[in-house]
Amino acid sequence: MALDPALAGRTFPETAAHDVSRHEVARFAAALGETDPIYHDVGAAQLAGHRDVPGPPTFPIVIAFEAMTALMTDPGVGIELRNVVHAAQRFVASRPVYAGDVLAATLTVESVRQAAGTDLIATRSDVATLSGEHVCRAYATLAHRVPGGDGS
Amino acid sequence: MNSDKQSPRREQPEWVEGTELPTQTYTLTRADLVAYAGASGDHNPIHWSDRVATAVGLPGVVAHGMITMALGARALAAWAGDPARVTDYGVRFTRPVVVPDDDTGVAVEVRGTVGTVDDGVAAVRLSVTCGEQSVLGQAKASVLLGPVPVAPVLAADDRVDG
Repeated sequence: MALDPALAGRTFPETAAHDVSRHEVARFAAALGETDPIYHDVGAAQLAGHRDVPGPPTFPIVIAFEAMTALMTDPGVGIELRNVVHAAQRFVASRPVYAGDVLAATLTVESVRQAAGTDLIATRSDVATLSGEHVCRAYATLAHRVPGGDGS
Repeated sequence: MNSDKQSPRREQPEWVEGTELPTQTYTLTRADLVAYAGASGDHNPIHWSDRVATAVGLPGVVAHGMITMALGARALAAWAGDPARVTDYGVRFTRPVVVPDDDTGVAVEVRGTVGTVDDGVAAVRLSVTCGEQSVLGQAKASVLLGPVPVAPVLAADDRVDG
């Protein structure tokens, strides 16, 4: 099944509110082997000038991934999840994510192009607080192997 | 490194164009992949099941690309002294990192070089390798050299594809 040609330019509904907890930040950091107390101890974070523990620079993927999953599992879009590979990722932060933030992501498909039997789907997900403060723009390029494509 | 200094702010990096940042080496094991799956919400079985990974043509279980990218960010935060100084960071995922089912895991090395320094923002180019092979392409970041901002910094200007 080919992708919907109207996909480029489409904006998906905002994801459900995500409450970021100190525990979640510490767990994400620990999974990366991060022992810097800035992620684990609110006192250390505040000593460094932060209002609470900050997420590591790639933490916004947790929120953006919820929007990406909604795109990839939308039956109207035509993506087959097992054929998707993450090709590129970029984060442009307005500020760090902090424990205590309540965030949601809004994903827009920027472009869809085909190359060598693969759909390249360029997306951006804007992560913001529920009151509208922008936190991060996460760009993801997903490579979707076209079933029955040239097999490369 | 002088991380116990009694300062209300962490030290600011003193970088100039051409500064070579100290190589950071991190180890990834299967346990790390499972921990990251839980922490990130990415439960794709190619990151924990050899059966599924080989069925889709991979040599075995591979690390989430986002772990490899995050190790680059870990190095950036270590070099910069504070993760909030990393305001823009992008990569391409060029080669999967195969993680064996043993207690040793694999080593991922992160190197960084400071490029241009303009108006208090350093452009850093990263090299991320596993077993001498590059695993990320076009890995680059913008790092603030001044005090950690407490107010929002600049808005996004351009995109991942360049």
